Amino acid sequence: MQSSFPLFPEAASSIASDVDLLYFFILAVSSFFAILVSGAVVYFAIKYRRRHPDEVGQDIHGSIALELIWSVIPFVLAMVMFFWGAELYFRIARPPADSMEVFVVGKQWMWKVQHPEGVREINELHVPLGRPVRITLGSEDVLHDYYIPAFRVKMDAVPGKLTTMWFTATKVGTYRIFCAEYCGTQHSGMIGNVIVMEPQDYEAWLAGGRTTGTAVENGERLFTQLACITCHKTDSSGRGPVLAGVFGSTVQLMDGRKIVVDENYLRESIMNPQAKIVLGYQPIMPTFQGTVSEENLLQLIAYIKTLKAPAAAPAAGAPAAAGQPGGK
Amino acid sequence: MTHAGNHSGSYLDAPHGIASWLLTRDHKRIAILYLISITIFFMIGGLFAAGIRAELLTPAGDLFTADLYNKVFTLHGVVMIFFFLIPSIPATLGNFLVPIMCGAKDLAFPRINLLSWYLYLIGAMLTLGAVFMGGVDTGWTFYTPYSSMASNTNVTLAALGVFIAGFSSILTGFNFIVTVHRMRAPGLTWFRMPLFLWAMYATSLVMILGTPVVAITILLVGAERALGFAIFDPRVGGDPVLFQHLFWFYSHPAVYIMILPGMGVISELVAAVSRKQIFGYSFVAYSSLAIAIIGFLVWGHHMFVSSQSIYAGLVFSIITMIVAVPSAVKTFNWAATMYKGSITWESPTYWVIGFMGLFLVGGLTGLFLGAMGLDVHLHDTYFVVAHFHYIMVGGGVMGFLGGIHFWWPKMTGRTYPETAGKIAAILVFVGFNLTFFPQFVVGYLGMPRRYHAYPEEFQILNVMSTGGATVLGVGYLLIVTYLVASLFKPRNASANPWGATGLEWDIPSPPITLNFETEPIVTEDAYNYVGRAQKAREN
Repeated sequence: MQSSFPLFPEAASSIASDVDLLYFFILAVSSFFAILVSGAVVYFAIKYRRRHPDEVGQDIHGSIALELIWSVIPFVLAMVMFFWGAELYFRIARPPADSMEVFVVGKQWMWKVQHPEGVREINELHVPLGRPVRITLGSEDVLHDYYIPAFRVKMDAVPGKLTTMWFTATKVGTYRIFCAEYCGTQHSGMIGNVIVMEPQDYEAWLAGGRTTGTAVENGERLFTQLACITCHKTDSSGRGPVLAGVFGSTVQLMDGRKIVVDENYLRESIMNPQAKIVLGYQPIMPTFQGTVSEENLLQLIAYIKTLKAPAAAPAAGAPAAAGQPGGK
Repeated sequence: MTHAGNHSGSYLDAPHGIASWLLTRDHKRIAILYLISITIFFMIGGLFAAGIRAELLTPAGDLFTADLYNKVFTLHGVVMIFFFLIPSIPATLGNFLVPIMCGAKDLAFPRINLLSWYLYLIGAMLTLGAVFMGGVDTGWTFYTPYSSMASNTNVTLAALGVFIAGFSSILTGFNFIVTVHRMRAPGLTWFRMPLFLWAMYATSLVMILGTPVVAITILLVGAERALGFAIFDPRVGGDPVLFQHLFWFYSHPAVYIMILPGMGVISELVAAVSRKQIFGYSFVAYSSLAIAIIGFLVWGHHMFVSSQSIYAGLVFSIITMIVAVPSAVKTFNWAATMYKGSITWESPTYWVIGFMGLFLVGGLTGLFLGAMGLDVHLHDTYFVVAHFHYIMVGGGVMGFLGGIHFWWPKMTGRTYPETAGKIAAILVFVGFNLTFFPQFVVGYLGMPRRYHAYPEEFQILNVMSTGGATVLGVGYLLIVTYLVASLFKPRNASANPWGATGLEWDIPSPPITLNFETEPIVTEDAYNYVGRAQKAREN
């Protein structure tokens, strides 16, 4: 896959050549100024070399015009780089709505991957060609960073929250995955490969993988095992909010804030339930810190995301009956 | 005190004895104490660097264990940044020159100045103690939760050393600011000050405003390790990313503590080697302040992939691009100063040209990292390693060595062999580029930082780096050798060997203890080479 002495990385994602283009633009501007200034310095040093021991330079103090020119031109170029870089960054940061999802958990010192279909892998990641892949990233211990140079993307895995990254692979092949955030002894061993496959090969690979149920099925099983269901009932009689349709909705908290329910809010509500209580409920939910692993958490969230509000149900998350005791 | 020009009255000679040095309040002697200490730490840090480069000669992690390698790169960073680079120019050349350039007898608070050296030493000893007790492996950045929860090395002790050394930095900055405000000689208005003073003033602002924040941050990590405070630990509601905000709030400005003094030195040297008024004096002066102030608002550019809000990232990115402008302005002005100058080819010129070449590359590669979409790829790769070495070593250390070569005759009364000085500058320049330029390439290829072992396709570039580091090491050893050797020769330096302007060149080499026989009165702008030459002709 790699030549023995490459000087430039392979470009194997939809964003890679755009990143390279910005790189070459800044490289061209930088080279121009580096050559201009160092050339001038060397030229002046030779041309105006001291010829007599008592010689002094000419009486020149400065020039407002020149100061303006060499402030404004670099400023304008820097702003071009800023806007270009920002536009690219926002594209890298925002996954397309139709992305397929993969869960990745960093752990000293390995990458644990689960596909929604239930197939799991360690340090490898199989993805289909040409489809946007959204990775939901968690960490079980310290900071890690999921980095795929050939795709020009990386993202920190931060303990205590979920982060996301995405890419669309554009070339079949095997590409390196590195942990890019220092994480202790085997940091440099926390590496792996992304394997980009033709869609039909990918489907065959998925079908051939051993699974213990899809992520959603596992999440549903956990939802029952952990007795979430006793409080978070499907109707409004539970002590906790109804979870059907809660994902993506806006809820009002006890302190008056309104927030959108996303993966991080669900994660926080399971691991640190007292942090943000929905208005109308009591802070009675226990923490599942230590009980639920990051992988289980991703399964639970995958399950909760599938719970759709029935057409006639009241707005999700709103307290069903004010007098009812409830948790979150 | 004895007469000017009579070397027996120099600050080096009287009073005699070890105690007279260890209890001295003379800013020049304290500068020498600092110079000796930071040179020792530079060598220790250099040994760790040699270890890193030796390990990375081959892809397999075969020289050290992974744990040992992690300690080696951590200690390289900790020692070089906190115990060499941050004190380097301010505590040595700054201590020596700030009072003299102000036309004063000493700094405003001589005892506090001595205290700062002792605090530095205590901090350095504690950190060295952590080394001897088995080292520390968090990286110089001490990122949580690894540092607060996971690492079982001597984090607390090493961090305590950094915490205490921080106070020496605060005290030095405070001393400089008061001295510049209150102790300038009659006639030395702000805009007659040498640009080195402007740079020291701007650096001091960063030292006193930024250092307390890192002190608090380190204290919080210690509290979390020792007492279980939940500041950064996500399991109990803490936030590991908060640490990064606090850490970089200081540590990005700290880069300016390392580079602004180098810029100040180069401003002096460019004018002196060109015998010419600096081009755009006020622009160079104000750009130091602009860098110091704007530099406080860019810390989040270290965190574009940390899960920081992407909108916060926008603000940090645009301010990062803006802070590039005053650096560009300085560089253009230095180059323009040489236009129609009278440029000597003595050794300081080699350092000036070397600084400009390396600082240009360092500054320009910062643009790649400030552009967010590109930083996603480059973050935490060797591209970043190469970039900050071009700034800190290419800018900071080249400035420091340039300054040492320029003011060595003034500080010690001795000259060093010119040819050796030129050869060393060339060795350092070539060795440095050979070490770090390939790292830009290997970084864009995707090689991450802090890797004990790496895939084989990165080897050739790493071999080049190690080869370059060897040349660089020879260059540094050569400098230490001829400078130390010069101390064993009789004093032979004249008061003004370079024919430079500035109050320090109007007094003997080495200066007398109280610097000036009578308080100087300043009647001209800095770098008035043309005016002085005219006057000389008229007489």
